[in-house]
Amino acid sequence: MATDNRPLSPHLGIYRWQITMSMSIVHRATGIWLSLGTLALVYWLIAAAVGPDAYAAAQALFGGWIGQILLWTWVFCLFFHLCNGIRHLFWDSGRGFAIKTFYITGYTVWVIALLLTVAAIVLAYTLGGGA
Amino acid sequence: MAEFTLPRNSRVQEGRTFKAQEGAKNIRRFRVYRYDPDSGQNPRMDTYEVDMDRCGPMVLDALLKIKNEVDSTLTLRRSCREGVCGSCAMNIDGTNTLACTHDTKDIKGDVKIYPLPHMPVIKDLVPDLTHFFAQYATIKPWLQTETPPPDRERLQSKEERAKLDGLYECILCACCTTSCPSWWWNGDRYLGPASLLQAYRWIVDSRDEAAGERLDELQDPFKLYRCHTIMNCTRTCPKGLNPAQAIAEVKKLILEREH
Repeated sequence: MATDNRPLSPHLGIYRWQITMSMSIVHRATGIWLSLGTLALVYWLIAAAVGPDAYAAAQALFGGWIGQILLWTWVFCLFFHLCNGIRHLFWDSGRGFAIKTFYITGYTVWVIALLLTVAAIVLAYTLGGGA
Repeated sequence: MAEFTLPRNSRVQEGRTFKAQEGAKNIRRFRVYRYDPDSGQNPRMDTYEVDMDRCGPMVLDALLKIKNEVDSTLTLRRSCREGVCGSCAMNIDGTNTLACTHDTKDIKGDVKIYPLPHMPVIKDLVPDLTHFFAQYATIKPWLQTETPPPDRERLQSKEERAKLDGLYECILCACCTTSCPSWWWNGDRYLGPASLLQAYRWIVDSRDEAAGERLDELQDPFKLYRCHTIMNCTRTCPKGLNPAQAIAEVKKLILEREH
């Protein structure tokens, strides 16, 4: 019997989306987006070092609405990655593996990350006056 | 590398529909993955209407009713019909489980049935488990000792025996391993939750004298550390076991012995 031409059974396309795998993929996506964010941070620092014109251009970019939206996605990603990272630390110590605990901590990460993001937005615009 | 889409020969096409008999009142639609290796055609989804008034409660009851009364070519593994043999593991309603212990009443809408995910399919709902069991064999799932055999059995205290609870119940149905995205993408080198839970089962066995060698074997970037605590394994285990916890305990033991 030929065995080399066997079809591969469906996987990602048919598996039910549940918090287990969705938390994992969001953790990874936020990590990737944050590493791109560090490039933006480096650009901003270099612009500040190069001189007033370059710095003004960078400020205009991050002060515009596209720049602001980008900044807030990075803020959210930072908080999500941080909170879920703490969850990972508990797992590394062997705790939090019961399915019920896993779901509670998963939803908690979403709530806390969103609250911290909103708090950061409020603080930034009230104290810093936005851009 | 992760391949998110199915290869060309694996894409699923629409199949045939088998209507229920005239007069059936309580009809459920079963959408079943079919693949016939002799046809040379792609897999397809066949639809079977089943009269639930004349069918047992479990998904396996419905599959066997279809096989007995409607379409005898439907191919699946089954044996014990009570959740101890692990033969009828398949993907039902989006998660891996045993057809014999999964009640159709717990499923909303059409009952969608696929073989275990990301496996080579031999026929219909029968995946090729060769690689899965080869990985299991690599963890040497037997008692290893150096001390000479005593005159009687090697005894355990009740506490030592209790450490095997939640591990010895594993029936190797492969539900957990084939639910793991990390195993989907790196299954050639990552051992997967079932084999790792079994590895831990022997590491914590007080009678086994090869724990060090077992940990040496697992201390590998791929065999063990492709586990990213996704937890699909624990979520899907039809026996209610916790492979993710067992893997975490192995990671802890490796960490502890380095200090």
